[in-house]
Amino acid sequence: MENYLLAMAVFAGLYALMALGLNVIWGLAGMVNLGLAGFFAVGAYASALLTVRLHWPIPAGWAAAALAAAAIGVVVALVTARLRGDYLAIVTLGFSEVVRLVASNEIWLTGGTDGISGIPGPGRAALSALDYNLLYAGLVWVAVAAVAAALARLSAAPFGRVLRAIREDEVVAAVAGKRTLVFKVQAFAVGAGVLGLAGGLYAHFNAYVAPDAFQPLVTIYVVLALTAGGTGRMAGAVLGAVLVVALQEGTRFGADVLPGFTPVQLAALRAGAIGVALILVLHIRPNGLLPEQVRHHRRAP
Amino acid sequence: MPADALQLLVNGLMAGAVLAVPAIGFTAIYAVLRFPNFAVGGMATVGAYAGWVANTRAGWPAAASLAAAFAAGSAAGLLSDWVALRALRPSRGGTGGALAAAIASVALNIVIENAVRFVWGNDPRGYDLPVYRDWRVWDLRIGPQQLENAAMATAAMAALFVFLGSTRTGRMMRAVADNPALAALKGIDAERVAMLATALGMGLAGFGGMLTGLDTSIDPLTGFRVMLPVFAAAVVGGLGSVPGAVLGALVVGVGEELSLLVLPPSYRTAVGFVAILLVLSFRPRGLLGERAY
Repeated sequence: MENYLLAMAVFAGLYALMALGLNVIWGLAGMVNLGLAGFFAVGAYASALLTVRLHWPIPAGWAAAALAAAAIGVVVALVTARLRGDYLAIVTLGFSEVVRLVASNEIWLTGGTDGISGIPGPGRAALSALDYNLLYAGLVWVAVAAVAAALARLSAAPFGRVLRAIREDEVVAAVAGKRTLVFKVQAFAVGAGVLGLAGGLYAHFNAYVAPDAFQPLVTIYVVLALTAGGTGRMAGAVLGAVLVVALQEGTRFGADVLPGFTPVQLAALRAGAIGVALILVLHIRPNGLLPEQVRHHRRAP
Repeated sequence: MPADALQLLVNGLMAGAVLAVPAIGFTAIYAVLRFPNFAVGGMATVGAYAGWVANTRAGWPAAASLAAAFAAGSAAGLLSDWVALRALRPSRGGTGGALAAAIASVALNIVIENAVRFVWGNDPRGYDLPVYRDWRVWDLRIGPQQLENAAMATAAMAALFVFLGSTRTGRMMRAVADNPALAALKGIDAERVAMLATALGMGLAGFGGMLTGLDTSIDPLTGFRVMLPVFAAAVVGGLGSVPGAVLGALVVGVGEELSLLVLPPSYRTAVGFVAILLVLSFRPRGLLGERAY
């Protein structure tokens, strides 16, 4: 049971990181990114491949995961820079599917649908399963705290103000002399980097990556986490991620009480519940539990 | 070899005609409601299963089952739009930002896919159709089923163009798509037109979902698998343009087939994505622009 709870703490932390990454791209800069699963996958595969094939140390793998996803983020941002939000939604959704397609088909690199197994974890051999999970949960949450603190500073800094200005009205921001393209690409890169870091941390915890783990449902979980928590606030992203994992796991126990359903039906019910939850949140509390606080400046009399 | 390329071209045109049906559905909803409704994927699956029930349980022929697929997609589309998306539409000043409805439609897709999975499970299902031997015309092989699918798709499109071009309701839809403010001034009820566009678009998605399943099999992810080519067709032609969706679908259909000359078949679906990127880089409003008709 403790093991299970610790594993859930790890997953809550991973979702918190992803929600933080999305918060920079969508919450601050207002760019819709429905390709989260794709950036998460890039990070996971980058770290897995470098540590398994080239025997890089694990922390170097994590750093590479963040950098690889950030680099891909720059490319996606440059390609989509001039697109309206609805096109951006379509392109990013397509991007994550293409990542999954490449992961499934470039067998020489990714092992195809069999995936990559035997990914090392820090101290996994030396520690008991319980201690290992405890260590990893601590590690992931230290990463969450560090990333959240860094992003909160970034958000309060002039950089964050420019991003919010772009979100509210890109033309006005450009007229005010901000090079909006540079800011948008930077925001995309930072957000994608955090998503990639989450992917790297996931790969080494799970010890195994395969294309199936990067379904669009992952993107839905993260969007739900950020929307429920509150877009624009780093604390909202973290709170939302914890709630989403609680819901995801709560429905697992709920499913155990329902007799007479096949496992496929129970899985369908649980995944459907996440979709219903997101639709409900968008209707009932579109600004989330911790809405962004907007400071209103009054003109001097 | 040119003979191979010609064969692929013919296959691509037939596949493109089938793809055009859900692509028109997606683009028509965008033209009127101004958001990408990703639930077209879910409705394609609903239509495919409704048609499958009509075909294998009630014993209807393919054409009648396609009508059932249209009706089911239409009804499910209207109902789910009313329940889940209506309040979030950009035109109704939805509170969650401009794309709240689009994001909710992605969630809706997951709900629908899993509802279908709950009832029918993950196993692939096949339609009950007579099997024909391929025809040979000169050096070309033509599958009668593929040809029939393309013909039914073309018939549906022809009916749609007549509807949009020469009926009063069709003209109302085009008016709202073109200029909502002016249409409102002329006394056109935007809400009714929005519902009509949803019913029509999701019906076409259901019809297209069954068409794509006719020559293979269907499962709960049937609709999801056509989503990327459907988006590609709509964006390549110009999001919101009905003739654009047809042109885009033919481009994507032929592109997917011709890609077999240079790429392994598993990358076929990536062709649509590449087409989106190419077109958006050089013609951000698509080949035919965003005018609805």
